[in-house]
Amino acid sequence: MKLLRRLLPHPYLTLLLTLTWLLLVNGWSLNSLLFGFMLGVLIPFFTQPYWPNRPRLGKPLKIAEYILVVLMDIVQANIIVARIVLFKPNADRRPNWITIPLDLKTPEAITALAGTITMTPGTLSADISDAGHALLVHCLDAPNPDAVRDEIKQRYERRLMEIFE
Amino acid sequence: MASLFEFLVAAFLVMGGVFGIVGSYGLIKLNDPMSRLHAPTKATTLGVGGVLLASLLHAAVFEEHVSIHELMITLFLFLTAPITANFIAKVHIHRQETRETMPPAGEDDHWATHDKPEDEERRTAGRPDAAQ
Amino acid sequence: MIENAAYFAFACFALAMLMNLWKIVTAPDIADRILALDTMFINAIALMVLYGLALGTEIFFEAAMIIAMLGFVSTVAYARFILRGNIIE
Repeated sequence: MKLLRRLLPHPYLTLLLTLTWLLLVNGWSLNSLLFGFMLGVLIPFFTQPYWPNRPRLGKPLKIAEYILVVLMDIVQANIIVARIVLFKPNADRRPNWITIPLDLKTPEAITALAGTITMTPGTLSADISDAGHALLVHCLDAPNPDAVRDEIKQRYERRLMEIFE
Repeated sequence: MASLFEFLVAAFLVMGGVFGIVGSYGLIKLNDPMSRLHAPTKATTLGVGGVLLASLLHAAVFEEHVSIHELMITLFLFLTAPITANFIAKVHIHRQETRETMPPAGEDDHWATHDKPEDEERRTAGRPDAAQ
Repeated sequence: MIENAAYFAFACFALAMLMNLWKIVTAPDIADRILALDTMFINAIALMVLYGLALGTEIFFEAAMIIAMLGFVSTVAYARFILRGNIIE
């Protein structure tokens, strides 16, 4: 078991690399599966000094739910931004900075939250505070910044909290 | 049946084109630099996504070979768009703003882009692992 | 129908690329220039995929893939160079 752990320091990464190789080859054969698996074992093994921590992931159902919610929001975000760009004159727009206090602690979770914020309606994560306790978000059109902050905390951070911690 | 797929492919193509052009138009129309970041990162990603979906469908239905390449490019763009947007936002903050013009950083002192080596020393000074 | 839709999309992305060029020329600051270049990369991917669809070949996907990766890496490298004055420290 210990040997397996040393040989496969990041099992999820191995799986992901194998899958990526199959997609790159764009076809299914035993050859490409084996070669992809070989890459999936070798690359994490040789690069493991660069990522010593193993992120803890739980609850696959929650992850699936989160991905679905985010995908729907991406489509919605595009329509909202397109409408603002096309039909709202610059003078009526209220661009705004918002500070979001973070309850998440692990770097992976914060990265996921920042990426989600960028892809969802009218918001874009710009920076993190020096000790990592707050996230700076820019809003394209936010007459009411507090509501946007509460929605991000409610909708995404709560779900990420359940997945990562 | 074929005409339904034909309609779907055409719809995806038109949608992709419209979102692509809106994204680039936003780059010209919006008037402050941070807002300009919004349009291309969002609208263009769905624009390319639409074209890629159309291509996937077209290959599967009319050329009779399933190819999943397109899905990979779409995923790659969806994963990298936030990162490039974040980097460009940091460039903007670095060049145009100072600590005083930024909003307060919650319970911390300032934002990471404005971090200086002295701040790093100050932060690690109190910690036991500071002596390296 | 698909042919006409493809022509429409071609026109859209070509126009989008022209607008990006215009923005690169007139941009007030370097951040805008990086952004316009990044958008141009994304539009180039779309044009490439459209061309492959119109010709019915698969050969352009490799090119689109490489442009996608190069675009990401070069944007990040450019931004990082301006932020830190160095790319790999």
